Amino acid sequence: MAVVANGEYKFPSRDRVENYYGHQLLFACWDHHMLMAAPFMLFGAPDQKLGDIIEQQLKPLMQPDPDFDKIDWDAIEWTKSGEPWTPDFNKTIKQNGLVHKEQFCFKTPGLSTLVPPQGE
Amino acid sequence: MDIKKTPKKLNVKEKYRLMTRDLAWEPSYRDEKEIYPYVDYEGIKVHDWSKWEDPFRLTMDAYWKYQAEKERKYYAIIDAHAQNNGHLNVTDARYLTAIKLFLQSISPGEYASHRGFARVGREFAGVGPQVACQMQSIDEIRHAQTQVHAMSNYNKFYNGFKDFANQRDRIWYTSVARSFFDDAMSAGPFEFLIAIGFSFEYVLTNLLFVPFMSGAAYNGDMATCTFGFSAQSDEARHMTLGLECIKFMLEQDPDNIPIVQKWIDKWFWRGCRLLTLVAAMMDYMLPKRVMSWREAWNIYGVENGNALFRDLARYGIKPPMHWDDVEKSIDHTSHQIMLGLYQWKFGTAFHSWTPTASDIEWLKEKYPTTFEKYYLPRWEYAIAQKENGGEYNNFGLPKLCQTCQLPCLFTEPDDPTQLAHRETEYEGEKYHFCSDGCQHVFEQEPEKYVQAWLPMPSMMQEPLKGDLAAWMEWASLEPTASGEYANSEDKANFEKWRKQVSTD
Repeated sequence: MAVVANGEYKFPSRDRVENYYGHQLLFACWDHHMLMAAPFMLFGAPDQKLGDIIEQQLKPLMQPDPDFDKIDWDAIEWTKSGEPWTPDFNKTIKQNGLVHKEQFCFKTPGLSTLVPPQGE
Repeated sequence: MDIKKTPKKLNVKEKYRLMTRDLAWEPSYRDEKEIYPYVDYEGIKVHDWSKWEDPFRLTMDAYWKYQAEKERKYYAIIDAHAQNNGHLNVTDARYLTAIKLFLQSISPGEYASHRGFARVGREFAGVGPQVACQMQSIDEIRHAQTQVHAMSNYNKFYNGFKDFANQRDRIWYTSVARSFFDDAMSAGPFEFLIAIGFSFEYVLTNLLFVPFMSGAAYNGDMATCTFGFSAQSDEARHMTLGLECIKFMLEQDPDNIPIVQKWIDKWFWRGCRLLTLVAAMMDYMLPKRVMSWREAWNIYGVENGNALFRDLARYGIKPPMHWDDVEKSIDHTSHQIMLGLYQWKFGTAFHSWTPTASDIEWLKEKYPTTFEKYYLPRWEYAIAQKENGGEYNNFGLPKLCQTCQLPCLFTEPDDPTQLAHRETEYEGEKYHFCSDGCQHVFEQEPEKYVQAWLPMPSMMQEPLKGDLAAWMEWASLEPTASGEYANSEDKANFEKWRKQVSTD
């Protein structure tokens, strides 16, 4: 579908990557953990290591959750756009295929202190 | 001597004809298309503008007379409220959070409606809707002004009121209401009427005004309550206009039906998302509660909505597309929103708090299948933090929905343990949504919503480049107006002043 207008209707998107001076946005969600109410918005340059983004930006924000210390980081199930995905923390954002405004999610099965397990 | 003839008094019908319909004329040296360039492009076909019925048959002279009378009564009460320490008569200062939220997000919407109706009154080609829209336009600016006046007395004593006009454009939760009205104002004249006149005023207004005004009455806020009474007869007229406009469109041409249906689907959903803020107000912000959001929805949403859509079925109009998703969300949204507002309270121009023991009992009773199981553990976590001298905050910036602009904090309709993730790609760029409803709205008109100003992504752009302190200053988010209620100046002052008054 297209907008109905009485003339040409074409405008650039407000949050296009060009507006971020060589950086980009990412979103991350710890599924079934809603103490932090919404997915986090992260910010970095495409050549930054994904591991650095996770260590410096994501982990400090997740820390208040009582399940945080129990996470087995090797057993996490990762998804990107709903599909299974395997990140490489030693590679860059770009090498991991994370484009501007990409969201990645992760599940930590068995951890459900504040939100009941799925399906219950 | 001539006998002086008494001038004949016009009867109502004649007066209405002369003072509305008779004001129109046939253009002689310009054609209609030049004068009314916006009535065709949306695809709505109108064959006979004179078929527009105005059940109120109100003329301008009578309108001014009624409104002036209401203003006199209204300002008499507002003055009395200010002179009698009305700001100390509210239940307690927690109540102020509800009216701050109202002033920051809804009152500017009244002003937006004023502008919108002024515009569409000019754009419609028939004199009936022109006059009706003109009156509604004046009503709406009166509502904006009287609301601001009603709350101005509180501004002298409490924090968080003073910069509402700028905050409407700058704070993350006010951008929800702002984008709703901007979307309507940048639509064509017929869509504007379905958006504001029908969906908002007719279908959803009772869900907004009844809780707010009875909440005001219950909590001793005479000023806001008086505004409610002063606006009530206008609202009845607006609802009638909303219903008339939809029937007019549907009766003019069968080709109009699918267009109107599309707008109903869109604006019902957008309205329901906006009202999630009212849900939080009803269930969490009123020290004395009127009814739960669930109860209000059952009466004003389900009962009234079913009757309305049964009535519209004869035109071939179906209930709004995402009705079932709204119904499934009703026992969840207020808790999800309030948990969000509480954890981001350093960035709100109102105070929030954790529910008290009696609040928790009330919430358990009103939401027996959801509150205790899904939401109480998170509140208990927050309460425990406070008891241990800490505070539950979320300093992460949330992902916002491209359409409704709320943080993406809503869950899957059938799984309250899982946030809903929705995304789409348009011209090589990704866009995220809180729900199927919002994704659907975007996909109907992606060219429009790609332009949305979203507070969080914008903060990372020039000139702020992620400077949170600079952003808070720009949005007038002062520490005195934000944060936990228990530590607030508002609470301390209210208690101190109330004690002084009662011991005098």
